[in-house]
Amino acid sequence: MLRTALLIIVAIIAVLTVYGLVFIKNQKKKRAFLTQLGVQIFLLFITAIVMFPVFWIVTMSLEPAGFSKPLDLKLIPTNVSFDAYRKILVEPWIRFCSNPAKPETCMTFGRLLLNSLLVSLGTSIFAVIIGSSAAYAFSRFKFIGRQTGMLGFIILLMLPAVATVGPLFVLFNSVPIGDETLRKTLLGLAIAYASSVLPFAVWNLKGYFDTIPKELEEAALIDGASPAQSFIRIILPLSLPAMAVTVLFGFMTGWTEFALAWLFLESPQRYTLAMALTSMIGERTIPWNEFAAMSIVMSMPVVFFFFLMQRWIISGLTIGGVKG
Amino acid sequence: MTTQSAYSSDSPEVKKSRRRRLLRDTRRAWLYIAPAGILMLIITFVPQVFQWWMSLTDFEITNLRYNPLISSSAEFRPEYSYYEGTVFGYDVSHIPGIGNFVRILKSELPIQDYYFPRLLFFNIFWTVSNVVLHAGIGILIALALNYKNLLGQKVYRALFIIPWAIPGMVSATVWTNMFHDRFGAVNQVIDIFNQALFLNIPDTTRWLAQVDNEGLLAWLPMSYFAALMTNVWLGWPFMAVVATGALQSIPGEMYEAADIDGATSWQKFWRITLPLLRPAMVPAIMLGTIWTFNQFNIIYFVTNGGPKGRTEILVTQAYKLIFTQRLYGIGAAFSIVVFFILLFFTLTQNRITRATESYDA
Repeated sequence: MLRTALLIIVAIIAVLTVYGLVFIKNQKKKRAFLTQLGVQIFLLFITAIVMFPVFWIVTMSLEPAGFSKPLDLKLIPTNVSFDAYRKILVEPWIRFCSNPAKPETCMTFGRLLLNSLLVSLGTSIFAVIIGSSAAYAFSRFKFIGRQTGMLGFIILLMLPAVATVGPLFVLFNSVPIGDETLRKTLLGLAIAYASSVLPFAVWNLKGYFDTIPKELEEAALIDGASPAQSFIRIILPLSLPAMAVTVLFGFMTGWTEFALAWLFLESPQRYTLAMALTSMIGERTIPWNEFAAMSIVMSMPVVFFFFLMQRWIISGLTIGGVKG
Repeated sequence: MTTQSAYSSDSPEVKKSRRRRLLRDTRRAWLYIAPAGILMLIITFVPQVFQWWMSLTDFEITNLRYNPLISSSAEFRPEYSYYEGTVFGYDVSHIPGIGNFVRILKSELPIQDYYFPRLLFFNIFWTVSNVVLHAGIGILIALALNYKNLLGQKVYRALFIIPWAIPGMVSATVWTNMFHDRFGAVNQVIDIFNQALFLNIPDTTRWLAQVDNEGLLAWLPMSYFAALMTNVWLGWPFMAVVATGALQSIPGEMYEAADIDGATSWQKFWRITLPLLRPAMVPAIMLGTIWTFNQFNIIYFVTNGGPKGRTEILVTQAYKLIFTQRLYGIGAAFSIVVFFILLFFTLTQNRITRATESYDA
């Protein structure tokens, strides 16, 4: 099947090339046609490479229950079954129960999703608010310690966090919240994640603020606005693309992180989707179709956001971009 | 620097008012930075200080009970680590705290297949090869997508963002499976190409287990290429997006002017496109270097350092030291070695690119 498809594609390319070379007489048109053809072949090739793993995993997720390992290459599923999706979306998660004897104490997909959303949104909103205020200072003021401060943020990104989880654990454990500690809560996770997103947030937002003409603010200042007002009323609304990208980055960090979550959280009631996904890989026999289904379900909202914000992402990603 | 010398002839009053303004701006700026700064200080800096102290000691699992603020836990206080022996002929056995670092650099750790120079070299090679491919492919595809009369431009732009949008851990696990020597999709696709186009590419490569290669790249196991393919697959869209943004901000008049002057497309690319891409690409590459250098997911899930520790990088090694061997002190020392290597990288890059300059500097 795939072999036939491949041969057909090669044949089409050959025919089009010959057509362009022989039958188009106008030099300008010939050149445009051949360039278009070349670029299209290149981009279709890239599309194939990009989409291949995606097709593969979609097919795997549609396999029936009892499916153990992908044995042969099928990009179009033969007997479609939604078993895997039903299992992860509808049935209770017997791996995560407060009381394994009672199914009603087990986690459901909805609750995992809610936890993931809380952590991810918390991370991104927190990071973008305090990140934009710092980025504004770095972009607009000339002050003592600017270079050092700016480098300070990126240096923190360079320090591998592997050995800091211990101290962080102790630190969060000593902050009481109600009758438990910050370490065991989703809030604690969101704070820890936000600190890992901040260096990117500051650098990216600073780069974008740099591109906003200073004259706009100066006009506001002459009209009697304070720097804080001009920041909130002028700079922030003009920086929506960069803010959106930063929010997206923060969201993705919270959405996919699992190592710290496994270490910090105790109650299964607070487990997240990323933890659920990694728990599947850890099992002796990996339930491949469920893993695939879960991967797709987890990727979908992120991919959707990317599509939604596509225009903004292109203009909003300006990590440290220097205006020439 | 230039601003100072340019105004050096100003009167004392002007200098004074400028200094006052600088002080006011400094106070104001740090007020804006305070929330982010304080958070970073508490969440990242304090644990880091602890980690630096840990790196000087024989910190093991029992020492986790030690808390500097509680005096009754003093019996769990770890000892400073010494190195019994010589470094470059000097006896260092009386210097406290250097034991872990010396053992790391002299490759004398109690773990299998550990050889520091190879680890460091592989880590740098891995980073450079990835970043070069990410940036190269990213720019190439951004240029193709920027072609004026391209059909299906929007569709391509939407599809090409997918590898970036899929969580890294998911892609890593999926690719690991695709590299299975018998059932993996990669070998099966090679087989299909062989049959359709009458080629003879080997289709039984044991991607993740094969140790020896032939020829120039004999020291690289196949699993390096498997990890590289995975990481390139998910890394280029970021660079392509950065490059697209920069390409769209190049004014069309520049190319028109070049056309009037009779420039070829090759000249236009080297003289206009590439120099104007540079300011956006350089910080992206800088960030990409740090990310890739510390890229844990891909190596951990795809090769797990194998075969025989040949594709281990510094972070995965540090992770194993801490989470499987429970050697906290050595793991901490390892992280600090990683930090200094990256710091050297970044400061060099920053010198070249001046990415920290402010808007009107």
